[in-house]
Amino acid sequence: MAVDYKALKDGGFMRQKQKNHFSLRLKVVGGNLSAEQFAVIAEISKKYGKGYVHLTSRQGVEIPFIRLEDVEKVKAELASGGVDTGVCGPRVRTVTACQGSAVCPSGCIDTTALARAVSERYFGRTLPHKFKFGITGCANNCLKAEENDLGIKGGYLVEWIPAACTLCGVCAKACREGALEQTDTEIHLDREKCTNCGRCVKACPFDAWRGEPGYLVSFGGTFGNLIAKGRQVLPVIREEQTLFRVADAALDYFDRHAKPGERFRVALERCGWEDFMKEMEAAYRGGDSD
Amino acid sequence: MAEIRIDAAVDITDVVCPVTFVKAKVALEELDDRQILSIRLKDGEPVQNVPRSMKEEGHQVLRLTDNGDGTFTLLVRKAE
Repeated sequence: MAVDYKALKDGGFMRQKQKNHFSLRLKVVGGNLSAEQFAVIAEISKKYGKGYVHLTSRQGVEIPFIRLEDVEKVKAELASGGVDTGVCGPRVRTVTACQGSAVCPSGCIDTTALARAVSERYFGRTLPHKFKFGITGCANNCLKAEENDLGIKGGYLVEWIPAACTLCGVCAKACREGALEQTDTEIHLDREKCTNCGRCVKACPFDAWRGEPGYLVSFGGTFGNLIAKGRQVLPVIREEQTLFRVADAALDYFDRHAKPGERFRVALERCGWEDFMKEMEAAYRGGDSD
Repeated sequence: MAEIRIDAAVDITDVVCPVTFVKAKVALEELDDRQILSIRLKDGEPVQNVPRSMKEEGHQVLRLTDNGDGTFTLLVRKAE
Protein backbone atom coordinates (compact mmCIF):
# COMPACT_ATOMS: atom_id res chain seq x y z
CA MET A 1 0.00 0.00 0.00
CA ALA A 2 1.26 3.46 -0.89
CA VAL A 3 2.37 5.58 2.04
CA ASP A 4 0.14 8.61 2.55
CA TYR A 5 2.91 11.14 3.17
CA LYS A 6 0.49 14.04 3.18
CA ALA A 7 -1.59 12.55 5.99
CA LEU A 8 1.60 11.86 7.93
CA LYS A 9 2.81 15.43 7.40
CA ASP A 10 -0.57 16.87 8.44
CA GLY A 11 -0.19 14.90 11.66
CA GLY A 12 3.29 16.22 12.36
CA PHE A 13 5.44 13.48 10.79
CA MET A 14 7.87 15.43 8.62
CA ARG A 15 9.46 13.39 5.88
CA GLN A 16 13.24 13.26 6.10
CA LYS A 17 15.87 12.97 3.37
CA GLN A 18 16.52 9.49 4.71
CA LYS A 19 14.03 7.03 3.19
CA ASN A 20 11.12 6.07 5.47
CA HIS A 21 12.30 8.28 8.33
CA PHE A 22 10.34 11.13 9.83
CA SER A 23 11.07 14.02 12.13
CA LEU A 24 8.06 14.00 14.44
CA ARG A 25 6.73 17.40 15.41
CA LEU A 26 5.15 17.60 18.86
CA LYS A 27 2.48 19.90 20.14
CA VAL A 28 3.83 22.67 22.36
CA VAL A 29 1.70 25.55 23.60
CA GLY A 30 3.31 28.84 24.56
CA GLY A 31 6.75 27.25 24.75
CA ASN A 32 5.98 25.23 27.88
CA LEU A 33 6.38 21.48 28.45
CA SER A 34 6.17 19.71 31.80
CA ALA A 35 9.02 17.67 33.26
CA GLU A 36 6.85 14.56 32.81
CA GLN A 37 6.36 15.35 29.12
CA PHE A 38 10.11 15.89 28.72
CA ALA A 39 10.77 12.49 30.29
CA VAL A 40 8.36 10.82 27.86
CA ILE A 41 9.93 12.66 24.90
CA ALA A 42 13.43 11.64 26.05
CA GLU A 43 12.32 8.03 26.33
CA ILE A 44 10.71 7.98 22.87
CA SER A 45 13.71 9.66 21.25
CA LYS A 46 16.00 6.98 22.72
CA LYS A 47 13.68 4.11 21.91
CA TYR A 48 12.56 5.08 18.40
CA GLY A 49 14.81 7.97 17.31
CA LYS A 50 18.50 8.69 17.73
CA GLY A 51 18.36 9.91 21.30
CA TYR A 52 18.10 13.62 20.60
CA VAL A 53 15.46 16.21 19.81
CA HIS A 54 15.48 19.30 17.63
CA LEU A 55 14.17 22.60 18.98
CA THR A 56 12.40 24.40 16.14
CA SER A 57 12.49 28.12 15.48
CA ARG A 58 8.94 28.44 16.85
CA GLN A 59 9.26 26.80 20.28
CA GLY A 60 8.44 23.39 18.89
CA VAL A 61 10.11 20.07 19.63
CA GLU A 62 10.77 17.48 16.94
CA ILE A 63 12.01 13.92 17.38
CA PRO A 64 14.01 13.06 14.25
CA PHE A 65 14.61 9.59 12.79
CA ILE A 66 11.28 7.97 13.61
CA ARG A 67 10.85 5.00 11.27
CA LEU A 68 7.72 4.53 9.20
CA GLU A 69 6.93 1.18 10.81
CA ASP A 70 7.03 2.76 14.29
CA VAL A 71 4.67 5.66 13.58
CA GLU A 72 1.57 4.18 15.21
CA LYS A 73 3.48 2.83 18.22
CA VAL A 74 5.15 6.20 18.76
CA LYS A 75 1.83 8.02 18.54
CA ALA A 76 0.25 5.68 21.06
CA GLU A 77 3.15 5.84 23.51
CA LEU A 78 3.32 9.63 23.32
CA ALA A 79 -0.44 9.92 23.85
CA SER A 80 -0.38 7.64 26.89
CA GLY A 81 2.45 9.81 28.27
CA GLY A 82 0.48 13.03 27.86
CA VAL A 83 2.33 14.33 24.80
CA ASP A 84 0.39 15.35 21.70
CA THR A 85 1.74 15.35 18.17
CA GLY A 86 1.89 18.62 16.26
CA VAL A 87 0.63 19.65 12.85
CA CYS A 88 1.98 20.85 9.53
CA GLY A 89 0.40 21.93 6.26
CA PRO A 90 -2.28 24.56 5.65
CA ARG A 91 -3.59 25.10 9.15
CA VAL A 92 -3.10 26.95 12.42
CA ARG A 93 0.35 26.08 13.74
CA THR A 94 2.03 26.09 17.13
CA VAL A 95 0.92 29.04 19.24
CA THR A 96 4.09 30.64 20.57
CA ALA A 97 4.44 32.85 23.65
CA CYS A 98 6.98 34.41 25.97
CA GLN A 99 6.58 33.76 29.71
CA GLY A 100 4.47 36.87 30.23
CA SER A 101 3.07 38.39 33.40
CA ALA A 102 2.90 35.08 35.29
CA VAL A 103 6.71 35.01 35.47
CA CYS A 104 8.37 38.03 33.84
CA PRO A 105 8.66 41.35 35.72
CA SER A 106 8.10 43.18 32.42
CA GLY A 107 5.04 41.12 31.46
CA CYS A 108 1.84 43.06 30.98
CA ILE A 109 -0.51 40.20 29.96
CA ASP A 110 -0.78 36.51 30.91
CA THR A 111 0.66 35.12 27.69
CA THR A 112 0.70 31.51 28.89
CA ALA A 113 -3.01 31.41 29.69
CA LEU A 114 -3.80 33.29 26.48
CA ALA A 115 -1.67 30.92 24.38
CA ARG A 116 -3.61 27.98 25.84
CA ALA A 117 -6.93 29.65 25.04
CA VAL A 118 -5.81 30.56 21.49
CA SER A 119 -4.45 27.06 20.89
CA GLU A 120 -7.60 25.48 22.29
CA ARG A 121 -9.73 27.55 19.92
CA TYR A 122 -7.69 27.47 16.70
CA PHE A 123 -4.82 24.94 16.75
CA GLY A 124 -4.93 22.65 13.73
CA ARG A 125 -7.81 24.49 12.02
CA THR A 126 -7.51 24.03 8.28
CA LEU A 127 -7.09 27.26 6.28
CA PRO A 128 -5.85 28.18 2.78
CA HIS A 129 -2.24 28.15 4.04
CA LYS A 130 -0.27 27.94 7.28
CA PHE A 131 -1.29 30.43 9.95
CA LYS A 132 0.89 31.42 12.90
CA PHE A 133 -0.05 33.04 16.18
CA GLY A 134 2.59 34.60 18.42
CA ILE A 135 1.96 36.19 21.80
CA THR A 136 4.39 38.53 23.53
CA GLY A 137 3.89 40.02 26.97
CA CYS A 138 5.09 43.58 26.48
CA ALA A 139 6.70 46.13 24.18
CA ASN A 140 10.12 44.50 24.66
CA ASN A 141 8.66 42.01 22.17
CA CYS A 142 10.84 39.01 23.06
CA LEU A 143 8.43 36.85 21.11
CA LYS A 144 8.50 39.02 17.95
CA ALA A 145 4.73 39.40 17.58
CA GLU A 146 4.83 41.16 14.21
CA GLU A 147 6.50 38.25 12.41
CA ASN A 148 3.35 36.17 12.88
CA ASP A 149 0.20 36.05 10.76
CA LEU A 150 -1.56 37.23 13.89
CA GLY A 151 0.57 38.72 16.63
CA ILE A 152 -0.65 39.70 20.07
CA LYS A 153 1.39 42.06 22.24
CA GLY A 154 0.68 43.21 25.77
CA GLY A 155 0.57 46.96 26.22
CA TYR A 156 -0.63 49.59 28.68
CA LEU A 157 -3.26 52.21 28.07
CA VAL A 158 -1.81 54.97 30.17
CA GLU A 159 -3.44 57.92 31.86
CA TRP A 160 -1.90 60.81 33.74
CA ILE A 161 -3.28 61.57 37.20
CA PRO A 162 -2.60 65.29 37.80
CA ALA A 163 -3.55 65.20 41.51
CA ALA A 164 -0.76 62.72 42.29
CA CYS A 165 1.87 64.35 40.07
CA THR A 166 4.71 66.47 41.49
CA LEU A 167 6.09 67.26 38.02
CA CYS A 168 9.34 65.58 39.08
CA GLY A 169 10.28 65.01 35.45
CA VAL A 170 11.06 61.29 35.66
CA CYS A 171 8.35 60.06 33.25
CA ALA A 172 9.20 62.49 30.47
CA LYS A 173 12.77 61.23 30.66
CA ALA A 174 11.80 57.55 30.97
CA CYS A 175 9.72 57.69 27.77
CA ARG A 176 11.80 56.47 24.85
CA GLU A 177 9.33 57.66 22.24
CA GLY A 178 9.34 61.33 23.14
CA ALA A 179 5.60 61.07 23.71
CA LEU A 180 5.64 63.03 26.96
CA GLU A 181 6.19 66.73 27.23
CA GLN A 182 6.32 68.48 30.55
CA THR A 183 5.35 72.12 31.05
CA ASP A 184 5.36 74.14 34.27
CA THR A 185 1.88 72.89 35.08
CA GLU A 186 1.23 69.60 33.30
CA ILE A 187 2.44 66.58 31.34
CA HIS A 188 1.20 66.33 27.79
CA LEU A 189 0.85 62.82 26.30
CA ASP A 190 1.06 62.48 22.52
CA ARG A 191 -0.99 59.33 21.89
CA GLU A 192 0.27 59.15 18.30
CA LYS A 193 3.80 58.60 19.59
CA CYS A 194 2.86 56.37 22.56
CA THR A 195 3.71 52.69 21.98
CA ASN A 196 1.90 51.55 25.18
CA CYS A 197 5.15 50.28 26.70
CA GLY A 198 4.19 51.57 30.16
CA ARG A 199 7.63 52.90 31.09
CA CYS A 200 5.99 56.08 32.41
CA VAL A 201 3.86 53.96 34.78
CA LYS A 202 6.84 51.91 35.92
CA ALA A 203 9.13 54.90 36.36
CA CYS A 204 6.73 57.27 38.13
CA PRO A 205 7.69 57.54 41.81
CA PHE A 206 4.29 58.93 42.81
CA ASP A 207 1.78 56.65 41.06
CA ALA A 208 0.76 59.58 38.90
CA TRP A 209 0.40 57.34 35.85
CA ARG A 210 -2.23 54.64 35.68
CA GLY A 211 -1.70 51.82 33.18
CA GLU A 212 -4.47 49.43 32.18
CA PRO A 213 -3.28 46.29 30.34
CA GLY A 214 -4.53 45.52 26.86
CA TYR A 215 -3.76 43.68 23.62
CA LEU A 216 -2.07 45.17 20.56
CA VAL A 217 -2.90 42.97 17.58
CA SER A 218 -0.87 42.84 14.36
CA PHE A 219 -1.95 41.15 11.15
CA GLY A 220 -0.13 39.71 8.16
CA GLY A 221 3.36 39.23 9.50
CA THR A 222 5.59 36.65 7.81
CA PHE A 223 9.28 35.90 8.12
CA GLY A 224 10.03 33.21 5.58
CA ASN A 225 10.52 33.60 1.82
CA LEU A 226 8.60 36.81 2.10
CA ILE A 227 9.57 39.07 4.98
CA ALA A 228 6.89 41.50 6.08
CA LYS A 229 6.00 43.06 9.39
CA GLY A 230 2.49 42.56 10.72
CA ARG A 231 0.39 45.73 10.85
CA GLN A 232 -1.59 47.00 13.78
CA VAL A 233 -4.86 48.32 12.37
CA LEU A 234 -6.95 48.50 15.53
CA PRO A 235 -6.74 50.44 18.78
CA VAL A 236 -5.57 48.64 21.94
CA ILE A 237 -8.07 45.89 22.79
CA ARG A 238 -9.12 45.77 26.44
CA GLU A 239 -11.25 42.62 26.68
CA GLU A 240 -10.25 39.04 25.87
CA GLN A 241 -13.73 38.56 24.42
CA THR A 242 -13.09 41.35 21.91
CA LEU A 243 -9.68 39.90 21.11
CA PHE A 244 -11.24 36.56 20.17
CA ARG A 245 -14.00 38.22 18.18
CA VAL A 246 -11.29 40.02 16.16
CA ALA A 247 -9.17 36.85 15.76
CA ASP A 248 -12.27 34.88 14.66
CA ALA A 249 -12.99 37.56 12.05
CA ALA A 250 -9.37 37.61 10.82
CA LEU A 251 -9.27 33.84 10.31
CA ASP A 252 -12.67 33.95 8.69
CA TYR A 253 -11.47 36.68 6.32
CA PHE A 254 -8.38 34.62 5.45
CA ASP A 255 -10.55 31.55 4.84
CA ARG A 256 -12.94 33.44 2.53
CA HIS A 257 -10.43 35.53 0.55
CA ALA A 258 -7.13 33.67 0.23
CA LYS A 259 -6.42 31.33 -2.64
CA PRO A 260 -5.21 27.85 -1.70
CA GLY A 261 -1.54 28.09 -0.81
CA GLU A 262 -1.62 31.85 -0.38
CA ARG A 263 -0.28 33.34 2.85
CA PHE A 264 -2.38 35.80 4.82
CA ARG A 265 -0.09 38.73 3.97
CA VAL A 266 -0.17 37.99 0.26
CA ALA A 267 -3.97 37.75 0.33
CA LEU A 268 -4.20 41.03 2.23
CA GLU A 269 -1.97 42.79 -0.30
CA ARG A 270 -3.88 41.32 -3.24
CA CYS A 271 -7.35 42.13 -1.86
CA GLY A 272 -6.27 45.47 -0.40
CA TRP A 273 -6.14 46.25 3.29
CA GLU A 274 -9.19 48.54 3.32
CA ASP A 275 -11.88 45.85 3.21
CA PHE A 276 -10.03 43.82 5.78
CA MET A 277 -9.68 46.81 8.06
CA LYS A 278 -13.41 47.49 7.80
CA GLU A 279 -14.16 43.92 8.88
CA MET A 280 -11.68 44.13 11.73
CA GLU A 281 -13.13 47.42 12.93
CA ALA A 282 -16.60 45.90 12.82
CA ALA A 283 -15.42 42.90 14.84
CA TYR A 284 -13.69 45.24 17.27
CA ARG A 285 -16.89 47.19 17.77
CA GLY A 286 -18.85 43.97 18.10
CA GLY A 287 -21.09 44.25 15.06
CA ASP A 288 -21.18 42.72 11.59
CA SER A 289 -19.39 44.35 8.71
CA ASP A 290 -22.62 44.48 6.70
CA MET B 1 8.72 73.29 46.61
CA ALA B 2 9.75 72.51 50.19
CA GLU B 3 13.47 72.37 50.95
CA ILE B 4 14.84 68.82 51.08
CA ARG B 5 17.72 68.10 53.45
CA ILE B 6 20.37 66.10 51.61
CA ASP B 7 22.43 63.61 53.64
CA ALA B 8 24.94 62.54 50.99
CA ALA B 9 25.78 63.06 47.34
CA VAL B 10 27.17 60.86 44.58
CA ASP B 11 28.24 61.71 41.05
CA ILE B 12 27.59 58.94 38.51
CA THR B 13 28.31 61.00 35.40
CA ASP B 14 31.73 59.34 35.09
CA VAL B 15 30.37 55.80 34.59
CA VAL B 16 28.03 54.06 32.14
CA CYS B 17 25.08 51.65 32.58
CA PRO B 18 24.90 49.38 34.44
CA VAL B 19 27.66 50.74 36.66
CA THR B 20 25.62 53.95 37.09
CA PHE B 21 23.01 52.05 39.07
CA VAL B 22 25.62 50.03 40.97
CA LYS B 23 27.50 53.16 42.03
CA ALA B 24 24.27 54.80 43.18
CA LYS B 25 23.29 51.65 45.09
CA VAL B 26 26.67 51.51 46.85
CA ALA B 27 26.22 55.16 47.90
CA LEU B 28 22.75 54.33 49.26
CA GLU B 29 24.18 51.40 51.23
CA GLU B 30 26.26 53.90 53.21
CA LEU B 31 23.16 55.75 54.36
CA ASP B 32 20.69 55.04 57.14
CA ASP B 33 17.07 54.26 56.32
CA ARG B 34 15.06 57.29 55.19
CA GLN B 35 18.17 59.40 54.63
CA ILE B 36 18.35 61.27 51.36
CA LEU B 37 20.92 60.81 48.62
CA SER B 38 21.55 63.32 45.86
CA ILE B 39 22.65 61.64 42.63
CA ARG B 40 24.16 63.59 39.74
CA LEU B 41 23.58 61.72 36.49
CA LYS B 42 23.85 62.26 32.77
CA ASP B 43 21.09 62.73 30.21
CA GLY B 44 20.19 59.76 28.02
CA GLU B 45 20.28 56.23 29.35
CA PRO B 46 21.13 57.07 32.99
CA VAL B 47 18.22 59.47 33.44
CA GLN B 48 15.88 57.07 31.60
CA ASN B 49 16.79 54.10 33.74
CA VAL B 50 18.24 55.03 37.14
CA PRO B 51 15.08 56.66 38.58
CA ARG B 52 12.98 53.64 37.51
CA SER B 53 15.53 51.19 38.97
CA MET B 54 15.50 53.13 42.27
CA LYS B 55 11.71 52.82 42.40
CA GLU B 56 11.88 49.10 41.60
CA GLU B 57 14.31 48.66 44.53
CA GLY B 58 11.72 50.26 46.79
CA HIS B 59 13.42 53.62 47.33
CA GLN B 60 11.42 56.82 47.13
CA VAL B 61 12.30 59.20 44.33
CA LEU B 62 11.67 62.74 45.54
CA ARG B 63 12.72 65.01 42.72
CA LEU B 64 14.54 65.15 39.39
CA THR B 65 16.10 68.47 38.47
CA ASP B 66 17.57 69.47 35.12
CA ASN B 67 20.88 71.19 35.84
CA GLY B 68 20.93 72.69 32.36
CA ASP B 69 24.41 71.36 31.60
CA GLY B 70 23.48 67.93 30.28
CA THR B 71 23.24 66.53 33.79
CA PHE B 72 20.37 65.96 36.21
CA THR B 73 20.13 65.75 39.97
CA LEU B 74 17.98 62.98 41.41
CA LEU B 75 16.98 63.01 45.08
CA VAL B 76 16.20 59.61 46.55
CA ARG B 77 15.04 58.67 50.05
CA LYS B 78 16.47 55.31 51.11
CA ALA B 79 13.89 52.57 51.71
CA GLU B 80 13.22 51.44 55.29
